[in-house]
Amino acid sequence: MNPVNYLYLSALLFTIGASGVLIRRNAIVVFMCVELMLNACNLAFVTFSRMHGNLDGQIIAFFTMVVAAAEVVVGLAIIVSLFRSRHSASVDDASLMKL
Amino acid sequence: MSFPLLTATAALPAIGAIATAAVPAARRTAAKWLALLFSLATLVLAGIVLARFEPGGARYQLTESHAWIKDFGVRYELGVDGIGVALLALTALLIPFVILAGWHDADPLETKSSRWRPTQGFFALILMVEAMVILSFEATDVFLFYILFEAMLIPMYFLIGGFGDRAHSGSDENAAAQRSYAAVKFLLYNLAGGLIMLAAVIGLYVVAGTFSLSEIAEARANGSLSMATGTERWLFLGFFFAFAVKAPLWPLHTWLPNAMGEATSPVAVLITAVVDKVGTFAMLRFCLQLFPDASKWATPVILVLALISIVYGALLAVGQRDIKRLIAYASISHFGFIILGIFAMTSQGQSGATLYMVNHGISTAALMLVAGFLITRRGSRLIADYGGVQKVAPVLAGTFLIGGLATLSLPGLSPFVSEFLVLVGTFSAYPAAGIIATTGIVLAALYVLVLYQRTMTGPVKAGVQGMADLKVRELVVVLPLVALLIFLGVYPKPLTEIVNPAVQHTMSDVHKKDPQPEVEAAK
Amino acid sequence: MDNLIALLVAAPLLGAAVLLCGGRRLDRFGHWIGTLLAAASFVVGAVLFADMLGKGADQRALHQYLFSWIPVEGFQADVAFQLDQLSMTFVLLITGVGTLIHIYSIGYMEHDERRRRFFGYLNLFLAAMLLLVIADNYLLLYVGWEGVGLASYLLIGFWQHKPSAATAAKKAFLVNRVGDMGLSIAIMLMFTTFGTFAFGPVLASTGETSEGKLTAIGLMLLLAACGKSAQVPLQSWLGDAMEGPTPVSALIHAATMVTAGVYLIVRSGAIFNAAPDAQLVVVVVGGVTLLFGAIVGCAKDDIKKALAGSTMSQIGYMILAAGLGPIGYVFAIMHLVTHGFFKAGLFLGAGSVMHGMNDEVDMRKFGGLRRYMPVTFITFGLGYLAIIGFPGLSGFFSKDKIIEAAFAKGGTEGWILGAVTLLGAAITAFYMTRVMLLTFFGEKRWQPDAEGHDPHPHESPKSMTIPMIVLAFGSVFAGGFFSIGDRFLNWLEPVTGHSHGDSPVSATTVTAATMVVLVIGVAIAWAMYGRGPVPVVAPRGSLLTRAARRDLLQDDFNHVVLVRGGEHLTRSLVYVDHTLVDGVVNGTAATMGGLSGRLRKLQNGYARSYAVSMFGGTAVVIAATLLMRAV
Repeated sequence: MNPVNYLYLSALLFTIGASGVLIRRNAIVVFMCVELMLNACNLAFVTFSRMHGNLDGQIIAFFTMVVAAAEVVVGLAIIVSLFRSRHSASVDDASLMKL
Repeated sequence: MSFPLLTATAALPAIGAIATAAVPAARRTAAKWLALLFSLATLVLAGIVLARFEPGGARYQLTESHAWIKDFGVRYELGVDGIGVALLALTALLIPFVILAGWHDADPLETKSSRWRPTQGFFALILMVEAMVILSFEATDVFLFYILFEAMLIPMYFLIGGFGDRAHSGSDENAAAQRSYAAVKFLLYNLAGGLIMLAAVIGLYVVAGTFSLSEIAEARANGSLSMATGTERWLFLGFFFAFAVKAPLWPLHTWLPNAMGEATSPVAVLITAVVDKVGTFAMLRFCLQLFPDASKWATPVILVLALISIVYGALLAVGQRDIKRLIAYASISHFGFIILGIFAMTSQGQSGATLYMVNHGISTAALMLVAGFLITRRGSRLIADYGGVQKVAPVLAGTFLIGGLATLSLPGLSPFVSEFLVLVGTFSAYPAAGIIATTGIVLAALYVLVLYQRTMTGPVKAGVQGMADLKVRELVVVLPLVALLIFLGVYPKPLTEIVNPAVQHTMSDVHKKDPQPEVEAAK
Repeated sequence: MDNLIALLVAAPLLGAAVLLCGGRRLDRFGHWIGTLLAAASFVVGAVLFADMLGKGADQRALHQYLFSWIPVEGFQADVAFQLDQLSMTFVLLITGVGTLIHIYSIGYMEHDERRRRFFGYLNLFLAAMLLLVIADNYLLLYVGWEGVGLASYLLIGFWQHKPSAATAAKKAFLVNRVGDMGLSIAIMLMFTTFGTFAFGPVLASTGETSEGKLTAIGLMLLLAACGKSAQVPLQSWLGDAMEGPTPVSALIHAATMVTAGVYLIVRSGAIFNAAPDAQLVVVVVGGVTLLFGAIVGCAKDDIKKALAGSTMSQIGYMILAAGLGPIGYVFAIMHLVTHGFFKAGLFLGAGSVMHGMNDEVDMRKFGGLRRYMPVTFITFGLGYLAIIGFPGLSGFFSKDKIIEAAFAKGGTEGWILGAVTLLGAAITAFYMTRVMLLTFFGEKRWQPDAEGHDPHPHESPKSMTIPMIVLAFGSVFAGGFFSIGDRFLNWLEPVTGHSHGDSPVSATTVTAATMVVLVIGVAIAWAMYGRGPVPVVAPRGSLLTRAARRDLLQDDFNHVVLVRGGEHLTRSLVYVDHTLVDGVVNGTAATMGGLSGRLRKLQNGYARSYAVSMFGGTAVVIAATLLMRAV
């Protein structure tokens, strides 16, 4: 199978993620869309790695996963505390630095 | 290696600043005495510099040189010529008087908590300014000078914005707003000038490959460094703009009346008598020496601006209702004379301009400080609130008159010497400019005498009644200044001997010779 | 002997320093210190004079070099003195009259609590005036020149609590500054032309430069002289200067300072001799002022202002004589000296009258005072006779010579000048007779003041009358003493030079004509003020009288054009500075502020809008990169 198709898939996933970030208000959904974008990138990296026959892309994919995991930890904590203080998970409600 | 005298002269007030700032909050008086002590010690060091300086010797003396930022060829290079040493001495001389005059200006108000330490800050900042100004008169590295030129804005900003004149009309909030407006205006104006200069400094480095004044001057003299006409002009303009803001030259002057009006009188003296001198000094040292051809190219325009400054400043002084703003506009007029003398490019003009810087420092200090004493007593800066002071406080009125007479350049007082030299120097090169500038002496008499008449003479006004005459501390401030005005007016030779050789160097930098008299009179 | 010259200045300068810095502990005897030091200066002057008389006419000039004052390359100003016959004449006049007036002031200022300071200022004046006449270069002369201006300022405004005095002082200084501007330009011109401004070299090399240059220098010197000597068009300050205490008016504004302009022109004779155009202007200024001052003097009811007009007019004579060139120099100085005597005496007399009349100055409220103040009457009367040129008295000799010299100018000019000087003599006789009649003759016209105090006029104390008597002696005999055997001419000729013009009319004719106009002037005055009672309130008078009372409207002109115009100018400039110059600055600041206000709106806190800008930015960057690669 032609690896270029994976790239198309990656682009599609990235676009879905990006539009989700822009359109959705729920912080959890936005967050998941960001994850989707990250994973789209991972897919692209791995694909390129396969196409060019060296392992750099795969290594970077691992890094990205680590970053994404760290981000989940911090991001979810922020979202939870935001929800606790504002009783809402909408990103638009959190437009000010202070409560 | 010999003792780094010049570094010490600048370092001493800097150490004093740190020491003063570190004095505990409750020991306010100790901080004042400490600051005074350090300023006097600096004066002693400046005296030693003056004594060690040989008027006929090398151009730059007591030089020090150390590598600083190797990658850019920036060096810590110091040295003084006759012009620098005269201004250094002036600065060191004035600071003790400034400190003494501002003795109570930064006493904390009752309402503030006991941890509030304005007094320490006030005197520390003054010493900090002194350190930077002295070092800037000594710096012979363009980059080092630039840094000091900009850095001295910071303590000045806090001095203007943080310690305003307590005599103001209107509410406290209003006064605070005025003050912060003045401080910000001062800062932004000078920063704008400084940033343009920074561009020119970098440009100079690109062209010359070094920041060292002596190296560039040497390279220019022996022809190994030639600048394209356009480049030289742009660089000159960059430098000149910064200096013209600081000097200040019309039409870049509007920050000065605000700053001097809102600041306490000692700080106003610091601005006009000390810090502003860096601007005119730098024109002589950097503009003329680094860019002689461009200086000559720009001369006509600069002369016109200087003439406008002279007449315009004097006329505006006449129209002022606020004593301190009046003195500020008078200073603008005087800076016009200084710049006129510098760019007339004759020996008399440039020696006169240098002497003018020194004498204007002393005379403005005398006038402004006495005005400050007056304002503190009455609590108002408006001329209309005064009248008949002469009747209740004759010594105050007398010293005020002497300060005023010095400002209008009465013969016998030192400003006359410098003003006449500037006029003669200008007249011999540009007769028309000389004649226009001469009208300045009539206008100066007008604003000084109008001020004196309205404040000091006539029937005693209600708020003036019972005003105390000068106290001992105030007399200690004023009398030495008056004595100096008279001494340098009668016998300015010690000063001219120091300044003349330096001026000859500058004259040869710009390849100019004095115009010869038409008739060689039988001597 | 040369080294004594500095003492002339040093003595009064010391007095000024001690008196002004000494504080209240000197109040009790400060006036004696001042008077003694003035007298000391006179003694030094007399010693030097005696020494000078012992030498031949050519070796009389003394010279003393003190130190180098302002040395900058070609510009070499020294503090050095020169005492020749011309300076000597002035030194004796200044210190002599000065000492007398110091003595007079002891009595006159007795009740003033600031008497010590008054004497300090007087001493300061003497020092500056002496410096002016013994300086050996124009720059040092300039120092004295402004110094006397300062002393004059301080003394006119001595009673500073009176706003009118403070204003008059300021006006005097300002008008003088305009003249000083002329002097500084003249010095600058000398420097660029001759490379020096010392009297010797400058005056010796006038032949080596163009007449145009010399004319310019001469006109600038004349401007200076006009300011100091109250000549048209800078005469307006002198009348107001009478606000000062009367001894000041006598010393500064009659006998010495106001004659400095004459000194300057005579001293610079070599320049004027080589610049006939400048000379012509000098003569015109002198002639115009001569008539101007006389006309103003006729209309004033204030005794001091009438005398001030007279001073102006008499100095006009001197300036006119000085403008005639070598024919007139000696006579200008001679008239200056005799005028110093009789005008100082007249002012002191006026002061004595005021002293006795509770400081009343309106002559219409005097009358018949000869019975109450006999000494004042006699000394004033002798001064009066001297000034109108009564035969045998001082003024007769000196004024007659000037009229002769004016005719001797030759041609139409000579006739015009002669006529002007004769007319002036007639008017002088008229207004002085008027002063005399109004003050000392007729019925008493004073009334009790508002509180019912009668002025009860009385004779002044001895300290005041003695100087008046001495000056009266001078007024009577000085002219004759100078003229007999041409003593004064022979004395000054080595310095100023002298030439006899060929007069179209003989000396006897001139004298006769002078007598005729004198009688006419006196007769008219008698007819107007001597025959009948004089109204206490001045009648409205003719158009000319009313104009003359207001100094021929010159002050009104100044007020409208200079004062008002200046006020408008400064006010509009303050506006321009605030709105235009500062407006540009504040406008720039406001624009920046507005711009950043707009930009701030982008930072709205919505994460999604930041995300849009990120995506948009990325898209733009990628597009740009692709585009660049495609190209």
